[in-house]
Amino acid sequence: MDVSKKLRGTVRIQEAPMTDVKVMGSQESEIAPGVWQHAPGVVTTSLQTALNWGRQNSMWYLTFGLACCAIEMMATGGSRYDFDRFGMVPWPSPRQADLMIVSGTVTEKMAPRVRTLWEQMAEPRYVIAMGACATNGGPYHQGYNVVDGVDKVIPVDVYVPGCPPRPEALLYGVVQLQRKINVAGKQEPEKQKQEKVESEAVKEDV
Amino acid sequence: MSEIEARRLKAEEVGHEKLILNLGPQHPSTHGVLRVITTLEGERITEAEPDIGFLHRNFEKIVEGWTWSQVIPLTDRNDYLANINNEHAYVLAVEKLAGIEVPERAEYIRVIMSELNRIASHLLTFGTFAMDMGAFTPFLYGFRERELLYDIFEKVTGARMMHNYVRLSGVRNDLPDGWDKEVLEFLDRLENDVIPDYYDLLIKNPIFEARSLGVGVLTKEDAIAYGAAGPILRGSGIDWDLRRDMPYSIYDRFDFEVITREEGDHYARFMVRMDEMIESAKIIRQAFEQMPEGPVMGKVPRVLKPEGDIYSAVEGPRGEIGVYLVGDGNFKPYRVKWRAPSFSNLSILPLMAKGQFVADIVLTIGTLDPIFGEVDR
Repeated sequence: MDVSKKLRGTVRIQEAPMTDVKVMGSQESEIAPGVWQHAPGVVTTSLQTALNWGRQNSMWYLTFGLACCAIEMMATGGSRYDFDRFGMVPWPSPRQADLMIVSGTVTEKMAPRVRTLWEQMAEPRYVIAMGACATNGGPYHQGYNVVDGVDKVIPVDVYVPGCPPRPEALLYGVVQLQRKINVAGKQEPEKQKQEKVESEAVKEDV
Repeated sequence: MSEIEARRLKAEEVGHEKLILNLGPQHPSTHGVLRVITTLEGERITEAEPDIGFLHRNFEKIVEGWTWSQVIPLTDRNDYLANINNEHAYVLAVEKLAGIEVPERAEYIRVIMSELNRIASHLLTFGTFAMDMGAFTPFLYGFRERELLYDIFEKVTGARMMHNYVRLSGVRNDLPDGWDKEVLEFLDRLENDVIPDYYDLLIKNPIFEARSLGVGVLTKEDAIAYGAAGPILRGSGIDWDLRRDMPYSIYDRFDFEVITREEGDHYARFMVRMDEMIESAKIIRQAFEQMPEGPVMGKVPRVLKPEGDIYSAVEGPRGEIGVYLVGDGNFKPYRVKWRAPSFSNLSILPLMAKGQFVADIVLTIGTLDPIFGEVDR
């Protein structure tokens, strides 16, 4: 497989009309905007905690099955593993969904649609790349029509490996995402504090 | 002319009396990534055009660069609800081409696993068909039993879905001790508790009957003309099952019925699937009784370089899974052509949807039960 063919997936998607090309190709996910941006302080931090608590315990996921992993996603939503324990409800419309579980191979024909669906979701929105195909193309990475990972199209928060991942693995991925949501908006004050300490240390040195 | 402009022109042609409605590719009831462009006149569909290819992941091209045995794990992922059946189809073709012999015990294990997989697939179809109808609970019931089957598979193959279990000249490992008892227990449960439960829950329900009886009728002639396969074909009254009519492996040693229904509507196709589960259970019981002791792997030549071409088919849960192989005396296949039953079944959709209510096209897709890993390959 020569490199030009492998890159083609990325290039062609970039040619497709996209409203926001800033995040193209970046693997960094966007951090949910926090209230601290407007007024950092003790009160807003408590508000942020409340918001995060709400967000992490009621993630409605888009019913969006792409391939084989969708069956395991359905199994996770089914009787034994029961996604509902985490407050996760399958939701057919992207407008009200919080989480997109990309469950399967993303092809060049499907990639613009995945992007559109992601754009239709309201912020804060989260993406889980489920399985090897959504992570990096998996067993089909040689294919001329296969996008090597959904992170070429949309930013991803959590990668769940496996082909397909077991429901336990997907649940663990969801728990990781909950942890990520839980610290959103809280890191910034700590970072500022650290910078302050560092700058004071520099002053002392001088 | 871009696709959008073409659609706009088509819309102008169609005029104000008709409406073009786009279903999918992200739609909760399309069973994967299917897009259907429907033209409506009021509530009725005048034209339905399926748009496929959203999951075209180049299976046939990729495997041309792989060795004969490396292909097996990818066949799992073609029809991802009938994994063992797919492996069986491919392995049988290679074995015929290369003249490899299979030990008898391995043949029995393959049959047992294939039939269990057929039950698992029909259980999911039961759940999703009910979900298309608006009933969510049967889906949970279907998955309750599927989880038990996953456990059974996992004890033998180590995986829930993608088994990679059937190997050239046999199967990977023998059955674990006490496994047959578990399977028989499951089958007892299926026949005595689960399926009667399903009748009470769903099939006797007047809403279910109203929405499926006499809806989406497919005549015998159309079924043959469109190359329908599996339960779709047998639901239209055609008595054809590869397991009986062109017996492969050891299927000629079992006594079972081929379920057919004359009506050709949604109800008939649904009931064919329900009854096939019981027939599969029958085959598994017989296989356990007849199964001999012995090795599960035969001898495979170290260098496998078969030459020639071959077509070989098995009866999967959705119909005839056909594999056409061409070997040019190399260690990898020259061509692998996959004849997918879902693909030919999906081609009936425009015919069946024509004249239906728009609410019924969801059920029509559900009853055709296409799997897009297999349609697009």
